[in-house]
Amino acid sequence: MEEEKILEALRQACPDAVLSAEVSLGDAVAVVRREALPEVAAFLRGGTLRMGMLLDLTCVHHPGGAEAFEMVYHFLSLETNARIRVKAGLPADNPEIASLTGLWKNAAWLEREVYDMFGVRFAGHPDLRRLLLYDGFEGHPLRKDYPLRKRQPRIPLRKAEPK
Amino acid sequence: MSGHFITTRFNAALGWARKFSLFHYPYVTACCGMEYMSAACAHFDIDRFGAGWTRFSPRQSDLIMVVGTIPQKLAPVLQTVYDQMTEPKWVIAFGACTLSGGIYDNYAVVQGIDQIIPVDIYIPGCPPRPEMVLDGLLKLQEKIQKSEPDWRWKKKKS
Repeated sequence: MEEEKILEALRQACPDAVLSAEVSLGDAVAVVRREALPEVAAFLRGGTLRMGMLLDLTCVHHPGGAEAFEMVYHFLSLETNARIRVKAGLPADNPEIASLTGLWKNAAWLEREVYDMFGVRFAGHPDLRRLLLYDGFEGHPLRKDYPLRKRQPRIPLRKAEPK
Repeated sequence: MSGHFITTRFNAALGWARKFSLFHYPYVTACCGMEYMSAACAHFDIDRFGAGWTRFSPRQSDLIMVVGTIPQKLAPVLQTVYDQMTEPKWVIAFGACTLSGGIYDNYAVVQGIDQIIPVDIYIPGCPPRPEMVLDGLLKLQEKIQKSEPDWRWKKKKS
């Protein structure tokens, strides 16, 4: 199986990083330690797997557990057409993980969106600001504990500058 | 002498003129736009009621039709567009999202545009049928006809 070979290559390259690896519904899925994400990402980008494209980067909130936030990364190799999904769990009290902006530039906006919606901080991100929501918005609305009907102050009208 | 002159009141004539020359500005943001398009095109033909001219500049329009979801980040834009329109001006809220936020009862969407700008006619529906749009338009015309417009609005008070 193609996916098992991908996971085996990742396991051999980063033996300490991979916590579990399995083929789920036809997709290669690897769970890694969050400290080891830069090592895993560098191997995916520059190693034998040639994962040149970061397809998506998002987050899932599982409130109550020890690892409340789960980062999910999807990679694609344009050369071999192979895909892999990488996950990393983050603790609720300190949701922070290394940024991938150094390897994939499109990670910058994706990480800003995750910061916006979940409050996950990305170490090494050059410009970690909100992406979709506005200045003055408090909280992170895709967290499960965000109140459904919470209302925020509206954006004030901007006065036109005389030219 | 019959047929050579008619008598009317000034406000009635002005209301009649205004209600049949509604230049509308389509502020279309979402899926209600499809119903707006069918209402505005030949099948339902709002030109019958004098509202066929679509002006894509708020300066030239009398009626703003707010069609579709207004998220919080669009609220200042809508308010600016409304402020740019010249008097007299009217507002139609078209569809459930503009009325009340609709199904989007969440952090991102304005819960009714009447929190931002004054609304004359509410047309509910998700989306409303073109017949309802025409009915709303007729109700707006009725409102314009019955209103007592201050036709001296251009004169400066000394």
